[in-house]
This record gives sequence, structure tokens and C-alpha cells, in this order.
Amino acid sequence: MLTLTPEIRDAIVAHARRDHPDEACGVVAGPEGSDKAVRFIEMTNAAGSPTFYEFDSTELLQLYKEMDANDEEPVVIYHSHTSTEAYPSRTDIGLASEPGAHYVLVSTREHGNSEGPVEFRSYRIDDGEVTEEEVVVTAEPARQTTNESE
Amino acid sequence: MAIEVRIPTILRTYTGGEKSVDGSGATLVELIDDLEARHPGIKDRLIEAKDGQDDLRRFVNLYVNDEDVRFTGGLGTELSDGDQVVVLPAVAGGAGSS
Repeated sequence: MLTLTPEIRDAIVAHARRDHPDEACGVVAGPEGSDKAVRFIEMTNAAGSPTFYEFDSTELLQLYKEMDANDEEPVVIYHSHTSTEAYPSRTDIGLASEPGAHYVLVSTREHGNSEGPVEFRSYRIDDGEVTEEEVVVTAEPARQTTNESE
Repeated sequence: MAIEVRIPTILRTYTGGEKSVDGSGATLVELIDDLEARHPGIKDRLIEAKDGQDDLRRFVNLYVNDEDVRFTGGLGTELSDGDQVVVLPAVAGGAGSS
């Protein structure tokens, strides 16, 4: 199960809408081992493509160095599909390299850049095996004391 | 000559769980051979044969002192004592062409 605040869910959806018809991508980092999606980070899709995404390699290094310094890990790795369903493609499965992450897929195929419902689904992808999981959107207490002590 | 190599989560099965290991070599290709001697199997995750020559795998990023080695000479990139090498799998995917 993936738990997200409405703010983070909305930020992912807004990014996907804005970049449509190209795929949008990014990360939500959180304290290592916490499974809490806390810090939303948009990434540049270096492929700039409606059918492919790849984190810009310089931003990728910067991101991992920041997460390392903050004792964070990528809790969510998200990207959009812009003309197909929000389900991992063969490419998504073949290239998935964070078995501990929640892979969120958003599909903007219905409404594109406009307001309107989007498909928003989450998966574990581990060694070629895809497992869909429930997404729970809930407003958590604004400040988690556990975050500050970690 | 010690070079620190940062290992991503998915390759830590080869390093006994270590996030960082030491290696040596005057170039990246020598460093990778040295890593392979200490952590058998890791080379194949970094290198593939392209047109009969060893090359960095398309979806693996290697950085020497924060520079993507694709811009510094690839596997021939020269290394010195104290350099830091970071290995990061690309974060990539997408719907693909139908």
C-alpha cells in the first residue's frame, strides 16, 4: 500500500498534466526505511518524449547525493503515460532498478493538459515482477515528529 | 591507489551490502576489472559488448568526480588516487512505441 498526502498526489498529477503530451517523471523522497513520501522532486525528462522518459543524468546524480546526505531514499518514482493506461510497460519493467520504491503511474490520455480525472496507480516492480498496490490519499498530521528525530 | 566507488542499492548484492567499496586502476576499464576480481559478477552489470567492443551499458550511469563519463572519455576515462566514482542505474522507462 502507498500512502500519500493530497498535496503530493496533486503535485504529481499537475506535473503530468503540464508536460503532456510528453511523459513527466520525478521522485518523492522520504527518510530511509520510513516508507513516507515526504519530499516531492520533479525531474527533467531528458528524453523529452511522449513514449519514453529518462531522468537527466546530472540531475540524477544531484538527487542521489542529496538523498544520501539527508539519509533519504526514493519512496516513490513516478512517471506518466500520455496515450496508454497507467500500467507498467515492458520498458518500465525492464528498466526498473529500485525494488524498494513505489512506482506510480499516471495516465493523462483522457484529458491531456486539462482538468479532469486521471488514472493514478501504484506498483512494486521487483526483478521483472509487477504487483499493483492500493493508493491511500490521506492528510496526515502536518508535522510528523518521527521525521524530525530521524 | 585507492578510488572510492559508490554502489547503488540494486548492485549491493555483489558487494556484501556495502554502499561503498575501494578499487584501483589508471582508467575506468581497469577499475572495473579490479572490482570484478573483488566482487565477481559486477562487471557484467556495468559493461556490455557493442559492435565487438566493451562499452558502458546504456542504462547505467557512471560519474567520476561528479562528471558523467559519457562526456569524459567513457571507459577510457583516466583515474587518479582519491577520485570518487559513482554508479547509478538510469531511472527510465515509458510507454514505448506501439
